Amino acid sequence: MVNTKVELCGIKIDNPLIPASGTFGYGKEFSELYDINCLGSFSFKGTTLEARFGNPTPRIAECPSGMINAVGLQNPGVKAVVEKELPELKKFFHKPVMANICGFSIEEYTEVSRILDKEEQVGWLEINVSCPNVHGGGMSFGVTPDGAASVVKAVKAVTTKPVIIKLSPNVTDIVSIAKACEAEGADAISMINTMLGMRIDLRTKKPVIANKMGGFSGPAIKPVALRMVYQVYDAVKIPIVGMGGLSSAEDVIEMMLAGATAVEIGSANLVDPYICRDIIDKLPEVMEKYKINNLKDIIGGAH
Amino acid sequence: MKEVIFEIKQNVALTDTVYKMVLEGDTSAISASGQFVNIKLDGLYLRRPISICDYDDGLLTIIYKVVGEGTELMSELNVGDKLNILVGLGNGYDLSLSGDAPVLVGGGVGVPPLYKLCKMLKEQGKTVKVVLGFNTADDIFYKDEFEKIADEVVVATVDGSCGVKGFVTDALKNMNYTYVYTCGPYPMLKALAAATECSGQYSLEERMGCGFGACMGCSCKTMLGNKRICKDGPVFVKEEIIW
Repeated sequence: MVNTKVELCGIKIDNPLIPASGTFGYGKEFSELYDINCLGSFSFKGTTLEARFGNPTPRIAECPSGMINAVGLQNPGVKAVVEKELPELKKFFHKPVMANICGFSIEEYTEVSRILDKEEQVGWLEINVSCPNVHGGGMSFGVTPDGAASVVKAVKAVTTKPVIIKLSPNVTDIVSIAKACEAEGADAISMINTMLGMRIDLRTKKPVIANKMGGFSGPAIKPVALRMVYQVYDAVKIPIVGMGGLSSAEDVIEMMLAGATAVEIGSANLVDPYICRDIIDKLPEVMEKYKINNLKDIIGGAH
Repeated sequence: MKEVIFEIKQNVALTDTVYKMVLEGDTSAISASGQFVNIKLDGLYLRRPISICDYDDGLLTIIYKVVGEGTELMSELNVGDKLNILVGLGNGYDLSLSGDAPVLVGGGVGVPPLYKLCKMLKEQGKTVKVVLGFNTADDIFYKDEFEKIADEVVVATVDGSCGVKGFVTDALKNMNYTYVYTCGPYPMLKALAAATECSGQYSLEERMGCGFGACMGCSCKTMLGNKRICKDGPVFVKEEIIW
């Protein structure tokens, strides 16, 4: 019998599969399709202090082997998440959940983190630093080592839960940002968020997406994600949650070999809603094929 | 919602750009007319959401217009080909609000979902009138099919090449009805909402990511808060829509 268990920041999970934030809502839609307790965990929809409608539509465009989204962090706000979504979640999901947190200022990150820190079912805080910084001229926190590290420092001060910083690939040197976050006490790094991209409609001769640009995801970005995880693994000691275009058991193993302790599955959930369950079912067979007895032994194995 | 493998039984052109596809497979997850399916196509990443025209125990009929890569690929599929389809998506039309004499108003490829609705309303003994709007006579499809089941069918064409010259709202001017069921392009729906006094159910359209409520790709603001067109819709009651 192969062993798929891994440990992420002191929390043991049955397997490394974690549906990524923004592709799994707060779990409800998928729990109607299969028992989501088979998952390692899942990262819920990026949550801000106040409710947000997000960007105008169209928000979605298709690409070869991928898609672009510009949803714009639509979410009901942290109060509704605590009062409605989490009590509901408890009924059908009995494992620690990853709370994805977004903010447009340091104060917002700390306030949302402080509130979600009190929630028993929240195992980890995953901090998305791709939001524009309203005090920093709209530039995302995640694009500079100082910006990302300042968020880590502020959030670490208000929580005892593990803090995972989710990094953007839209930077010149992701390694320096990862190192700065580690230095400020980040417990793990998750990467990569979507890559900035766009499509143009030949009929209208205008961008497909109302927001003009959006986050590019899907199998097309997998090589970039693997490369970045590989680079960061060499530079930091904290665990990495790897993501970017993963959609099979083989992809999971490849990402772990690059250096990921756990993996997130994003866009693939949207085109194949059963994919995480299917990957979990398939994982032992693929592990045997590649002579892997214990999944955690292969973390960073490609180095 | 259910993921089902369907086999194509028929895939024929109804006009230059509009095709009808009949598929065989498990339709048990479909619970109402006005729902849609989401079709996986080889080589394309996102599924293609298409409204349900008709369904029974083992057959599903969809009508689609070739507007892009996905629908073009669909038009080239052959009888016997198999498709992975998520069925039973969206809320669909609520028949209980129709009153005794509803009118069904369809524009272009907004016409298909009204077909099963018309059948169901007739089974309930309602007097059903149908208004179908197209650009020209060449674009007309399913007129004969509706004439077999509806009490009255009026066609409107923008260029006047068939039926009433003008829009569906022109065809409705001298008609009596208790309720409106509609699907069509946004400008038509908006004009229809302004031109009719009674309530109704309007089926909206948007580019979708998942089609089952997970990604927030197709959200809209309504009088009752933010809604997902794919999951909370696509059918909305007139009074809740913010135009």
